[in-house]
Amino acid sequence: MQYETVIGLEVHVELKTRSKMFCGCATEFGASPNTQVCPVCLGYPGSMPVMNEEAVRKTVLAGLMLGCNIARLSKWDRKNYFYPDMPKNYQISQYDMPLCLGGGVDIKLDDGKTKQIGLTRIHLEEDVAKNSHFETTSGVDFNRAGLPLMEVVSEPEINSPDEAFAYLTALKEILVSGDVSDCDMEKGQLRCDCNVSVRPIGQKEFGTKVEIKNMNTISGVRRALAYEIPRQIAALGKDENIPQETRRWDDATGATTVMRTKEYAHDYRYFPEPDLVPVVVTDAMLAEIRKLLPELPEAKRQRFMRQYGLPEYDAGVLVADAALAAYYEQAVGQSKNPKAIANWVTTELLGKLAEAKRTIAECPVAPPQLAELVALIDGGKISGKIGKEVFAEMFASGKSPSVIIKEKGLVQVSDTAAIEAFVNEAIAKNPKSVADFKAGNEAAINFLKGQVMKLSRGKANPKLVGDILLRKLQGP
Amino acid sequence: MTLHTQTIHELRARLRRGEVSAREVTQAVLDRIAAVDPKVKAYNWLDPDDALAQAEAIDRDGLAKNGKPLAGVPIAIKDLINVKGQPCTCASKILQGYIAPYDAFVIHQLRKAGAVLLGRTNMDEFAMGSSTENSSWGVTRNPWDLERIPGGSSGGSAAAVAADEAIAALGSDTGGSIRQPAALCGCVGLKPTYGRVSRYGLVAFASSLDQIGPLTKDVEDSAILLGALAGHDVKDSTSVAQAVPDYTQAFGKGVKGLRVGMPKEYFIAGTDPDVSDGVRDAIQKLQSLGAEVVDLSLPHTEYAVAVYYLIATAEASANLARFDGVRYGLRVDGDDPIEMYRRTRGAGFGPEVKRRIILGTYALSAGYYDAYYLRAQKVRTLIRRDFEKAFDKCDVIVTPTSPTAAFKAGERAADPLQMYLSDIFTISVNLAGICAVSIPCGFTRVTRLPIGLQILGKQFGEETVLRVARAYEQATDWRLKRPNL
Repeated sequence: MQYETVIGLEVHVELKTRSKMFCGCATEFGASPNTQVCPVCLGYPGSMPVMNEEAVRKTVLAGLMLGCNIARLSKWDRKNYFYPDMPKNYQISQYDMPLCLGGGVDIKLDDGKTKQIGLTRIHLEEDVAKNSHFETTSGVDFNRAGLPLMEVVSEPEINSPDEAFAYLTALKEILVSGDVSDCDMEKGQLRCDCNVSVRPIGQKEFGTKVEIKNMNTISGVRRALAYEIPRQIAALGKDENIPQETRRWDDATGATTVMRTKEYAHDYRYFPEPDLVPVVVTDAMLAEIRKLLPELPEAKRQRFMRQYGLPEYDAGVLVADAALAAYYEQAVGQSKNPKAIANWVTTELLGKLAEAKRTIAECPVAPPQLAELVALIDGGKISGKIGKEVFAEMFASGKSPSVIIKEKGLVQVSDTAAIEAFVNEAIAKNPKSVADFKAGNEAAINFLKGQVMKLSRGKANPKLVGDILLRKLQGP
Repeated sequence: MTLHTQTIHELRARLRRGEVSAREVTQAVLDRIAAVDPKVKAYNWLDPDDALAQAEAIDRDGLAKNGKPLAGVPIAIKDLINVKGQPCTCASKILQGYIAPYDAFVIHQLRKAGAVLLGRTNMDEFAMGSSTENSSWGVTRNPWDLERIPGGSSGGSAAAVAADEAIAALGSDTGGSIRQPAALCGCVGLKPTYGRVSRYGLVAFASSLDQIGPLTKDVEDSAILLGALAGHDVKDSTSVAQAVPDYTQAFGKGVKGLRVGMPKEYFIAGTDPDVSDGVRDAIQKLQSLGAEVVDLSLPHTEYAVAVYYLIATAEASANLARFDGVRYGLRVDGDDPIEMYRRTRGAGFGPEVKRRIILGTYALSAGYYDAYYLRAQKVRTLIRRDFEKAFDKCDVIVTPTSPTAAFKAGERAADPLQMYLSDIFTISVNLAGICAVSIPCGFTRVTRLPIGLQILGKQFGEETVLRVARAYEQATDWRLKRPNL
C-alpha cells in the first residue's frame, strides 16, 4: 500500500526585544542564572503583568511578512498547568483570539515548483524558565521565564521531511530579515514541535497524530521525521494501532521514543487573563509597522538575479543573511561588475570571516574598498591572483587596496618591453618546454607562462604574457 | 487626651500645629494594641520598633508641617498587601517564611503621604471568607462582642479600627470583604470603583473583582485615605488613568435633590428585622435631609451569588496555582514535582481555600466551561446593565450591607453556603465594577451590635457616595459610640 505523510509544525520563536513580555527585565542570553528576574517574571504574589508593545509590533510585522490577517482586536488568556519551569503555574498566552490568522510560507520543491504551506495562526505568549538537573537536586533558571515567545502554527500541509526542512529554513529566513528574531537555534530562539501522521493515499481522514516535541535544530526535524514516518508506516503495515502520543527525538540514537500517552493529555482550562486588557491594533499602528516591512527573502533573491545578473546560487547565499546582502548592495553601488563583487563576497570574504570567526558587521573591509579592488583588477592594474593577496592584507589591516598596492609595489606590469624580457628569459631557460610546444604539446605553454609570472614575481599582466609567449613561440 | 481614639483629620490638625508628634501618636496606638489586642486578635504581625522608627523619621523630616496628607498617621495593613521587608502571609500556612521583596502601589502611596505602616491585620485565608475564622493565625474577635466574629475577610482591619488599635486600615474587597466587616464592626468601609486603586502588590484572589480600599472611623477619613490610595499605576493594566478629585470637596453640598434608589431585591424576607428597620430609618433620614427616594428593581440580583462563586473561584484557581513550594513560602518535599505540589498545597492551604480552588478548577474544565464560567460571565454583564439602567433613575442606591449583624464564632463554620449568603448584598457591586461604602446606621435592639448602611454609586461615583454618607453621618451620632473593651 502507498502512504501519504501529513505534517503540521508549531514553531516557537523568541522575539528580539530589549525587555521581557510582561516586565522590564533584560533579555540577553547567557547571563548568570536568576540575574534577570523580578517579582513579575518570578510569579511573586501580588505582581502583575504589563504588556510589552514592542513584542506586539514585532509579531504584527511577522504577520504582515507572512501574509496573515492581523486581528484588530485580540486578547490574552491563561493556560493552566503545573510545572516547575512555570512561575505562576499558568502561562499568559492567546487562545481563541490570536494576533495573526492565516498567511503562508512559500517553499521550493525538488522539481523547481513553488508550494505554499498555509499558516493557521500566529500568537504571542511568555516563555518558561529553564530546568537543570543535578545529581540529587534540580535548579530552575528564571532568566528565560517571560521572554516574548511567538508561536507560528502551520496547517497540516507539509508532506515530507524535506518539505519540513524547506519550510523551517524559509520561515527562519523571513523572520531574520524582518529583525523579528535572530532565530539563533543554539540559543534556543527557534524551537519546533512536529505533528505527524500517515494515511493510505486516497484516504480522507487523517491518520492518528503523533507529536514530536522540543526539536531545536532544523536538520534534527528532518532526521526525526525521516525516522518517524517509516516507523508509522511499518506499524500500519503490520496492522498495528498507532497510539496518539507525544514522543521525543534522540539525536544520538537517531530514534523517537514515547514521552507520554494521551491519558496524560492536559486540560489547560484556558480563560481570559483578567490582569490584562485586550490588544487593539489601530490603523496608525499598522501604518507604522508597514513602514518597517523589509523586502522578503524570495523577492530579494529574484531581484538579485534579475538586477545583478547573478546565478541562483550566489543570490541565495547573499540573501540568506540580510546584513551580507546589504553589504553586497553597498559594494555593487560603487562598482560596474556585480558578478565579480558577488564572487569576492561569497568566496574570499565569507572565507576570511569564517576563519576569523567574525560576522559581516565586524568585517574590516568596507564595501567601497571591495569595489575598488574589483575595479583595480578589471582595469588591469593588478592580476586576480595578486588581488587575493591584496584582499588578505585589506582584511588584516583595513587599508584600502590602492594603498596596499603602492606600499608593496604590486602594480601589474603591462609594459610590453618588460614582459618581452621575462618571456625571452623563460624561453632561453626552458628549451625542453619550447621543443614540446613546437612538437604539438600545447599544454607546455602553461608551464612557460608560469615561469614568466614567477620571473615577474606575479606582477606581469597574464593576458599580455600569453599573447607575447604565443607570438614568440609561433614566430619565425 | 487619648490619641488612639482620634480620626485622621483630627490628628492631622494637631500634628500640623505641632501639638503632638508622630512618635507620640504611634506610641499611643501601640499601647492600645498592647492593651486590647490579646482580646481582639486583630494583628498577625507587628514590629513596634519599626513603626516608631518610621514615626521618628516623619517627625525629623517635618512631614506633617509640610502638608503631607497622612503624615504621622498609623495605618494597619491587611495581611495580603506586600510591604517590602515584612511578611505577607494572607493568613495562610503556605506563605510561611515569605518576606515581601517589594512595596505594593498603595504602600508606595501611603509612604509618599507620610503614613506610619503599623502592622499586618488578620483576615480569612486569601480573603476567602466572611468571618475571619478561616485564618491560620486564629480567629479575630468583634470588639463589640468578643464572642462574635468581626466579619471578613478584612476582619482584622475592621476590628483594629473599631477597637482603636489603628487610626485607619487598608482592606481588600472582592465580594464585600471591606464593607461587610465595616458594617459588623461599626466603622466606615469603602470599596472603590474597579480600576480606581492599583492592585499591584495585592495578592490576588479574583483579579476581575478585587479592589483595595480604606476602613476608617468616619466618612471624612475615608475620603482622605481614598484620595491618597487612588491614582493611575502603569504596573496595573486595569488601573484607570483618571484624575483623582479631592473627595471631601463635595461634603458641603448635602443631599438636597439627590435621588436615592431603593432596590426591592435588597429588602427581602430573611434579612434580620433589626437590620432592615435600621436601614429603612436611615433612608427616611436621608429623605428628611432633602433626598428623593426612588423605587428600583435590579432584576438579576438573585443570580449574583452563583455568578460570583463561579467567576471568583475560577480566577482564584489560577491565581493560587503559583503557591507550589518552588520559589517561596512553604515547601513539603516529594519524590517528584507533582508529589511536592500535592504535599505542599495539601499542607499549606486551609479547607475553604481548597474548596474554592476545586470549585474554580471544575468551572473551567473542558466540557463545563461553557455551562459555568462562560454563562456566569454573560449573567455578569446582565447584572452590570441592571445597575447602568438603575443609575439613569437615581444618583445613589441604598441597601443593607449585610443581612445580619455579627454572628457568633463557629455559628456558620460548618455551613459554607450559609456563610456565602453573608455577602448577598455586597457581591453585585464587585460584579458590576462600581463603588460602594458601608457606614454605621444603628444597632440591633437586644444584642446592641452595629448595623451597616450600604451606599452604592456608579463607576467613579465615589464623590457622590461619600457626600451622601457624610450627610447622613453628620445628621446622626452613631459614629460617636465606641465598643467597651
